[in-house]
Amino acid sequence: MKLAIWTYEGPPHVGAMRVATGMKDLHMVLHAPQGDTYADLLFTMIERRNHRPPVSYTTFQARDLGADTAGLFKTACQDAHARFAPQALLVAASCTAELIQDDPGGLAETMGLPVPVIPLELPSYQRKENFGADEAFVQLARALARPMERTARVSCNILGPTALGFRHRDDVAEISALLEEMGIAVNVTAPMGASPADIARLGAAHFNVLLYPETGESAARWLEREHGQPWTRTIPIGARATRDFIAEVRTLSGSTAPVDDTRLRQPWWAASVDSTYLTGKRVFIFGDGTHAMAAARVARDEMGFEVCGIGCYNREQARPVRALAREFGLEALITDDYLEVERAIDTAQPEMILGTQMERHIGKRLGIPCAVISAPVHVQDFPARYAPQMGFEGANVLFDTWVHPLVMGLEEHLLHMFREDFEFRDEAGPSHHGGHAPRARTTPEESALAAKAASADGGSMPPADEPAAQHPAPAMGDNVIWLACAERELKKIPFFVRGKARRNTEKFAAQKGLGEISVDTLYEAKAHYAR
Amino acid sequence: MTTPTTGCRNTPVLRERGQREVFCGLTGIIWLHRKMQDAFFLVVGSRTCAHLLQSAAGVMIFAEPRFGTAILEEKDLAGMADAHAELDREVARLLARRPDIRQLFLVGSCPSEVIKLDLSKAAERLSAEHAPHVRVLNYSGSGIETTFTEGEDACLAAMVPALAATEARELLLVGALPDVVEDQALDLLARLGIGPVRCLPARRADDAPAIGPNTVFALTQPFLGATHDALTRHGARPIEAPFPFGAEGTTLWLKAVAAEFGIAPERVDEVTAAPRARAEKAIAAAAQTLRGKRIFFMPDSQLEIPLARFLTRECGMEAVEIGTPWLHGPIHGPELDLIAQGPVISEGQDVDLQLDRVRAARPDLTVCGLGLANPLEAEGLATKWAIELVFTPVHFYEQAGDLAALFARPLRRRAALSGLAPHLEAAE
Repeated sequence: MKLAIWTYEGPPHVGAMRVATGMKDLHMVLHAPQGDTYADLLFTMIERRNHRPPVSYTTFQARDLGADTAGLFKTACQDAHARFAPQALLVAASCTAELIQDDPGGLAETMGLPVPVIPLELPSYQRKENFGADEAFVQLARALARPMERTARVSCNILGPTALGFRHRDDVAEISALLEEMGIAVNVTAPMGASPADIARLGAAHFNVLLYPETGESAARWLEREHGQPWTRTIPIGARATRDFIAEVRTLSGSTAPVDDTRLRQPWWAASVDSTYLTGKRVFIFGDGTHAMAAARVARDEMGFEVCGIGCYNREQARPVRALAREFGLEALITDDYLEVERAIDTAQPEMILGTQMERHIGKRLGIPCAVISAPVHVQDFPARYAPQMGFEGANVLFDTWVHPLVMGLEEHLLHMFREDFEFRDEAGPSHHGGHAPRARTTPEESALAAKAASADGGSMPPADEPAAQHPAPAMGDNVIWLACAERELKKIPFFVRGKARRNTEKFAAQKGLGEISVDTLYEAKAHYAR
Repeated sequence: MTTPTTGCRNTPVLRERGQREVFCGLTGIIWLHRKMQDAFFLVVGSRTCAHLLQSAAGVMIFAEPRFGTAILEEKDLAGMADAHAELDREVARLLARRPDIRQLFLVGSCPSEVIKLDLSKAAERLSAEHAPHVRVLNYSGSGIETTFTEGEDACLAAMVPALAATEARELLLVGALPDVVEDQALDLLARLGIGPVRCLPARRADDAPAIGPNTVFALTQPFLGATHDALTRHGARPIEAPFPFGAEGTTLWLKAVAAEFGIAPERVDEVTAAPRARAEKAIAAAAQTLRGKRIFFMPDSQLEIPLARFLTRECGMEAVEIGTPWLHGPIHGPELDLIAQGPVISEGQDVDLQLDRVRAARPDLTVCGLGLANPLEAEGLATKWAIELVFTPVHFYEQAGDLAALFARPLRRRAALSGLAPHLEAAE
């Protein structure tokens, strides 16, 4: 057993639902107890879909267990077929149905439905959401994709976008337009927007564009093996990666058509003098493997940040993330425990976090600016406006999204500089953190209290290998005394680096064996840690 | 208001079985843990359970959650003995980290029920181990046994056998109400001279009520069938009354309680005149929007019948169908007596068939879950999502206007936006 409050990923059947909901004319029958329909609201609320996910649940109850859950499943399949007349049926079991050991695939096979029935094996107690999506997609391809002639015009498939995918809608639009510009037709985009009949046509493409390895890599590999289609390895997130992607596509397609990049503003925005202050900003990056790796490259090579931490929650991507981290001189954090992520962030004391919805909240708690780069995300990251992450417009979006909280940070700095003025109060907190921001902490006692509160907050869950007593406490504050003048001086430092300044100064004082911290100590420490 | 000559108590009930679009009882944890301030709810279940709690708790999961999931792993399914050792270890870790916890609920889920993990035995064992500081209790919030608010019922029913015995004549209010509402209720009862009054659940373990043959209890929520039965088994006696929704419901509820304590209805009218007038005025504002509108309830929380009573009698709405996950005769009966004949009363669900009925009836307002709300809006049907009715303070006089407004708002919004045709592209 493993204690969890927050989970980065849902169970694998939710991944399969993401595939089914992304597609058209496909229906899924899920053998699941009453209550598992909660997953519908992820699609109708977070993604704001205007239709019910094409999923029927058997919703068995306790009284059914002794009787005929298999019969219930068959009835659900029949009803779903009769009502929705899909081109194909996906059948699967949720975690509870896995335990009662009805065999959805076998049961559906005996029914003789006039459409293909594709059974999914979803090991709910070992694997998670992304696996479920990847597996559902590859099984659909295996069952439906037929060998066929390549299209006369050079074409490709776009693989991986699903329902509930972070910016999948606009990434597909951006990359489709880019391919079109290069003279390459998009044969099928799948799973999102495809019907089973479209899946059958996957083999007609000359090559595949894999946008999201998490949800499409198995299908890309299978299509390479069975249909001889090569696939793109570059994820076109960021200006450089987009150019690399274009080069890779040229190699695969022979396209020589020029690409108009005049609307790409990100490189100039980053080069302009206003961006100089971004140099060396320390960022901590966490998310799914694909987005975290892409973000790390953009952060270092296109924004001039220093990446001080990188990790992912999906262990399927652990190997490439570890390799990239080594390239950055870091050790990758591969975990699905948000408390571990919180500790890593607290230790690294970054000036900015690029992460998921969860890291946004960690940032809020620690008073560190944060931008969201990866699922899981909440409703505000399924925006009405066009907001791709990929391609040239995606690069523009990334620049704005990442810099925005920092500009706000500078604004706060100015507010703090002028905080003695009657208009400003130190307690107001950063404007972009709303009313939830921790109040600026001024004394060691206060900050000790706050740290205790934060650890209590974050965690009803003690870390597995760490006794409660060892939980990070502002230990040095206890034996080093801050003189009032130094404390006042510390207050003048912008809130978003104040924690780091306090910590560094105390570390410096401890190293020097100083019992108290004066204004001089503060500035000596600053000089000592200057970079 | 008068009782209709013929209510719905004897109306034949449409009982359906099929796909149910409802939450499981685990969801009850989301509001229960806010109410019981020194309790922790530990679900023993799968990643799906953790994901459900996260989806239902939304942003609350980051605040100060006193709930979590012990996620079953492959190795827990392989051998049963191991599972208990694993659970003991996780509980010990949890309690070491959270010394403020006085009550720990081991909450059963579908997976733990299906593998027949004996959580009641685990609760006994852990109670002995962590006594006297922490009491460990057990109930099931699994989808196979409980629907949404029934999770609270299962939780409270599990607490009843552990309550101390008393011979005192006390009133027990049963059902987790928001603190502000509970305070109002206690104040009204005090002004009527009724006391002492205890609450189940109490805000803290130390304030837990005692029960005995002289205890009388009044339910404040309609979904407490098992708790009702458990209290009765332990000698307490129920006060039968409609539920305190709206000015009329609150007054009738207070009168029933007052009668038990020998207080005349006229005295209740006297004491409650001012808040009742306030409530009626506030309801009247929202009722302008609601009067004559047709409403359809899909099953969700068991609040549907009392709310339909409030909306038809005090807001002038017409009920087309009142769906409830479960219908308890003794509990819902007094409510059904007050609803004029006409609406279909349905218990259980076959969601596709019920949606066919919604589409055929085209009601002005459909009360449903979040999985159905946006799809129905896209079909041009106004909806009110039901979960809000469980989280928002809606009981008693001061909230009566807010309660009516919850139903009026979607209709007002629809009217306000009607100048701009909704742009309903498929989201993808």
